[in-house]
Amino acid sequence: MEYMTSTEPRREPLSDEQLVENAKQGDPDAFPQLVKKYSRRILRVGRNITNNDEDAEDVLQETFMKAYSHIDSFQGNSKFYTWLVRIAMNEALMKLRKRKGDKVVSLDEQLDTGEDTVTREIAVWEGNPEDRYSQEELRELLDKTITSLPESFRTVFVLRDIEELSTEETAEALNLSIPAVKSRLLRARLQLREKLTRVFKRKGEDAFAYL
Amino acid sequence: MPTCKDFLRELSDYLDDSLDPSTRQELDQHVRDCPNCWVVLDTTQKTVKIYKGCEPQAVPANVENRLLAALQKKIAERGTCS
Repeated sequence: MEYMTSTEPRREPLSDEQLVENAKQGDPDAFPQLVKKYSRRILRVGRNITNNDEDAEDVLQETFMKAYSHIDSFQGNSKFYTWLVRIAMNEALMKLRKRKGDKVVSLDEQLDTGEDTVTREIAVWEGNPEDRYSQEELRELLDKTITSLPESFRTVFVLRDIEELSTEETAEALNLSIPAVKSRLLRARLQLREKLTRVFKRKGEDAFAYL
Repeated sequence: MPTCKDFLRELSDYLDDSLDPSTRQELDQHVRDCPNCWVVLDTTQKTVKIYKGCEPQAVPANVENRLLAALQKKIAERGTCS
């Protein structure tokens, strides 16, 4: 066996590339280590896109099962996580489409009025939200806000700003042009800013103290 | 000199630091002179930062166990096939 066995002392954790290589070589411990490392983030992608815990859990399961089944085809041209998150995004979008098919009206089907880059809320935020809200309250608020975005903006924001893929990687993952990614990212950021400002803004006489 | 509308259009690239130096400089100047654009910049920056900084929730133990059990089965199958 070429992979590092568990009886050898490990000074530092193996890189993703080494774990993938070991998994390909048949090391039974390698792929579960990648699961432990990335399962939280993949579940978050599932939640952010589907807005449904059960669907997100299915996305998690199916993403890793699919990734393992196709591990031999992963050539290392991209980072492992980038490859994984692309699988997760596809799984999540399939779930979403399937669920949408069951409904007559979808909250996501908002008309593009071209007004989504208009800034209506111009107010500074009151202190630091991280200090004013518990992690749990904040997460709930952020989740609720992101899932109120149209799907086409949400997918780009999740990949670019939360999962930190590059513009090029996001374009490739979503089969979009680079200008389309940039335009959707701008609109997503501005819409989220608008919605969060309604919650976090400084109220009363100090609201315009920056002027 | 860029207008507020120009600034808004370039905001994402401004935040991502992917503008050419002369455009960047012009927009820097605009933000210094325009309190409203400064607020939009500041609150958009905070919006991105707050999402980036939010730690993902833990995976429920039963969900992770279900996944690991299914994987172990698949890994064992692969072992016997090779």
